Amino acid sequence: MQAKSGLQKSLQRMNWGDVLLNRVGALLGLIIIMIGLSFASPHFLSFRNLMNVAQQSAINSIVASGMLLAIVTAGIDLSVGSILALSISITGILIVNMGWNSVIGVLIGLAVAALAGMTNGLVLTKLRLPHPFISTLGMMNVARGLALIITNASPISGFPKWIQFIGAGYVGRIPFSFILVLFTVVFFHFFLTRTTLGRHIYAVGGNIEAARLSGIDTDRVRVWVYTISGLMAGIAGLTLMGRVNAAYPLAGISYEMDAIAAVIIGGGSFMGGVGNIWGTLIGAIMIAVIRNGLNLLGVSPDAQTIVIGLVIIGAVYVDVLRRRRRTS
Amino acid sequence: MSTPFLQLKNISKAFPGVQALDNVSIDVNKGEIHALIGENGAGKSTLIKLLTGVHHWDSGTITYAGKELTGITPSQAIHTYGIVPIYQELNLIPELDVAENIFLGREVLASERFRIIDRKEIVNRTTSILETLGQNISPTALVSTLGVGKQQMVEVAKALSIEARLLILDEPTASLGEDETEDLFRVMRQLKSQGVTIIFISHKLDEVLEIADRFTVLRDGKKIITTEAKGASKEDIISYMVGRKLGDQYPKMATTAGDVALEVRQLSTKGLLQDISFSAYRGQVLGLAGLVGAGRTELARAIIGADPKSSGQIFVNGAPVQINSPKDALRHGIALLTEDRKDQGLFLGNTVLFNTTVANLKKFVRRVLIDVNGQKEAASEVVRQLGIKTPGLNTMTLQLSGGNQQKVVIGKWLNTDADIFIFDEPTRGIDVGAKVEVYNIINELIAKGAAVIMISSELPEILGMSDRIIVLSEGRLTAEFSREEATQEKIMAAATGGINHAS
Repeated sequence: MQAKSGLQKSLQRMNWGDVLLNRVGALLGLIIIMIGLSFASPHFLSFRNLMNVAQQSAINSIVASGMLLAIVTAGIDLSVGSILALSISITGILIVNMGWNSVIGVLIGLAVAALAGMTNGLVLTKLRLPHPFISTLGMMNVARGLALIITNASPISGFPKWIQFIGAGYVGRIPFSFILVLFTVVFFHFFLTRTTLGRHIYAVGGNIEAARLSGIDTDRVRVWVYTISGLMAGIAGLTLMGRVNAAYPLAGISYEMDAIAAVIIGGGSFMGGVGNIWGTLIGAIMIAVIRNGLNLLGVSPDAQTIVIGLVIIGAVYVDVLRRRRRTS
Repeated sequence: MSTPFLQLKNISKAFPGVQALDNVSIDVNKGEIHALIGENGAGKSTLIKLLTGVHHWDSGTITYAGKELTGITPSQAIHTYGIVPIYQELNLIPELDVAENIFLGREVLASERFRIIDRKEIVNRTTSILETLGQNISPTALVSTLGVGKQQMVEVAKALSIEARLLILDEPTASLGEDETEDLFRVMRQLKSQGVTIIFISHKLDEVLEIADRFTVLRDGKKIITTEAKGASKEDIISYMVGRKLGDQYPKMATTAGDVALEVRQLSTKGLLQDISFSAYRGQVLGLAGLVGAGRTELARAIIGADPKSSGQIFVNGAPVQINSPKDALRHGIALLTEDRKDQGLFLGNTVLFNTTVANLKKFVRRVLIDVNGQKEAASEVVRQLGIKTPGLNTMTLQLSGGNQQKVVIGKWLNTDADIFIFDEPTRGIDVGAKVEVYNIINELIAKGAAVIMISSELPEILGMSDRIIVLSEGRLTAEFSREEATQEKIMAAATGGINHAS
C-alpha cells in the first residue's frame, strides 16, 4: 500500500465549495477577465505582455502587502504614497547629490520609510486617536511636504545599475521586480499565518478588546503594522526609483487607493480580521491586467479609471454576497 | 371551539445542516403571557424569527388573529400585524432622545411639505405612554443617559405606540436588576390586562413560574410540552428541557484551602471602588456578589489592569506585583473571563483553533514559525477536555451555541499558564446543561490548585458554588461570609449596603 502524500490528504480534507468562494473567488474573477481579454486582443496572452503586466503590478503589490496589514487590523494607511516619495527623495539626495555609498543611501531611505510608518502607529496609539485614518492622513501631508522641501520640488536622477536592476532588470525573461513580489508574498504568507505577531494582527482586527484582555499588547501590534506598511512603501519606492531611474517628490500620488483596492478585491474587509496575502496579490494583478487589457484595446486612461472603479464595487459586492450566504 | 389568537401548526424550518424546528405546533391565547423555554439551540430564536418575518418556514401554517400568515416581512409584522419583538440587544439610538426613539421612522409631522417633525406632539404622546406604564422617564432624556432597565421600558413604550397586539420579549431580564425586573413584570401584567398577548423567552425559570400563564418547552427543534405554569416546578421544567432528570444543579465538591494565590490590598479606582481588600485561596472558589452597578466587573478589570487603579496593591503568591495591562496580569497567571463573551471574549469571525490558542501562541513557536500541528493538538485537547461541541477546529465560533462559546473562552485560558481565574457571570445566557458543565470545569480547576473568583448576579449560583463569598455595594466591600454562614438574605442585606461585616 502506498502512503498518501500530505498534499493529497490535505486536498481531500478541503471543502471545495468553500475554497472556491472564499479562497479563490478573486482568482476566478481574474481568470475570467484574462480569458475575455485573450479573445479581445491577440497580444494579451503573449509571454512578453504577461511579463509586462507582472512588472506593472509589482509596485502596487508591494505597497498593498503593507496595506493588507493595516486593513486586517480594521485600519487603513493613507500615507503610503507620500512615505514612498519621502523615502526615495532622501535616498536620491544621499546617493546622487551627496555622493554617499548607494547601499547605505538605500538603507537609510528604507529606515526613514519604516520610521515614518512607526510614527503613524505611535501617534495612533499614544494619542489614542479614534482611527488610523486621522494619523495616516496627517502623515500623508507631512511626508509629502518634507519630500517637496528637501528636493526643492525637483526630480533627482542618475542611480547606480543595481538600483535600476531592481525596478527594470530581468532574470532570464522574468522581471526582477516580480520576483521581488513573489518573495514578498511568500514571506508575508508565513508572517501572517505562522508567527505570533501575524496571528495577533488578525486578533486585533477580529476583536480588539478581546485581544487586549487575552494579554495581547494591541498597541505594540498596531505600531508594528504601520511600521511594516511604511517599510513596504519604501521598498516599493526603491522599485519605482529603479524603474524610472529617478527620485521625484511627487512620486506615489494616489498609490494608497490602488493598494486599498487590491486588498479589498482580494477579500480584505474594512471591518477587519479577514484578508490574506494571496488575495491581495491577485487583486493587484487584476488591476494591472485590466489597465493593460484596456490599453491594448485602445481605451483611454480616463475611461480606464471608470472601469477600475466599477471593478472595486463589483468585487466588494461579491464579497457581501458570499458573506450573506455563509451567515444564513 | 374558537381558534386561538396565534396558532402554529406543524411548523418546520431547516437551515443547512440543522433542523431548527421540527413539526412544531403551539397555541397561544389572546391576552396570555406565554413563556418559551429551551436550551440554546432548541429553536426558540428561530421560532421568533418566523413570527417576526425574519425567516420563512418550510412547511406548516401559522394563523394569527384569525388569518393565515404567509410570507410576511419584518416591517409588515410590526406595522400591519402588530407583532413587535424586543430583542436582548436593544435597538435604540443612544444619541436620540426618548421621544425621538419611540417615533423613529413614524415621526409626526408639523409640516408635510418640509418634513418637519412636530416635536411637541411626539413629546406629549411619549409622556402619556410612559405615564400609562407608570414610568418616570423624561421624554427628552437622551437614551444613552438611561440605564438598561429604563431603556427596555422605552422599547416597551415604543411597542405600545405601534399598538402592539403580540409582544415578543427575548430574555428581557438578562441584564436587569431585581427592582427593574419587578417593574417590567408589573408592566407585563398591565399589558396583559389590556389584552396584549406576550411571548417571552427566558432562561430564568423562577421568573417563568412567577410571570407566565403557560409555557412551552422546546428541545432540539421539537415541542416537548405546553402546559400551565401554575403547579409546575423548576425541576419539572429542567427535566423537560434536558430530557432527563438533572442531578445536582450545583455539583459542589469538598475543597481544602491552599495558599493565598491573589491578595488585593486597599484597591481603589477613580469614581467607584474604594479601599477593597480581600484574598483568594488556591483550591477554592471565591464568590463575588453584589447588585448590578456595585462595581464587581470594575473590580475584576482593575485587578487585571484593563482599567487603571488609583491606588492599591496586588500580591500574587505572596509577592507584590505591578499589573498595568492584561498582558502583565497573564504573566502573573491571572485571567479574566469576561461577562460579555461576544464583545470582549471571543473572536467570533475566527475559528475554534484560533480562539483557543491565540492567548498563548508563543508556546507553539518552533524556531521562528508557529507549529500548526502543535497548535491543533492543543486545541483538540481543550475541545475534548471541555466537551466543546463543534463540527471541527476550523469552525467559526459564531456558529457555536452560547454554552460552547463560553467553553471556547475557557479553553483559551486553559492553553495559557493562568492559574488564577476570574469568571464574570460564567453562566449568563447559557442553558442548564451547559451550566453544570461550566461548574464542573470550575471544580476541576480548583482541584488542580487554581484559585477561582466567580462574579455572579444569581444568588443560588453564588451560594451553590462558592467556598467563601464577598459582597460589594456601591464600590465598597460590605461583607465576607464563609460557605456555611452565607444565606440569600445576608448577602442581599450586604449588597444593598445594610450590614458591615468587613473589617
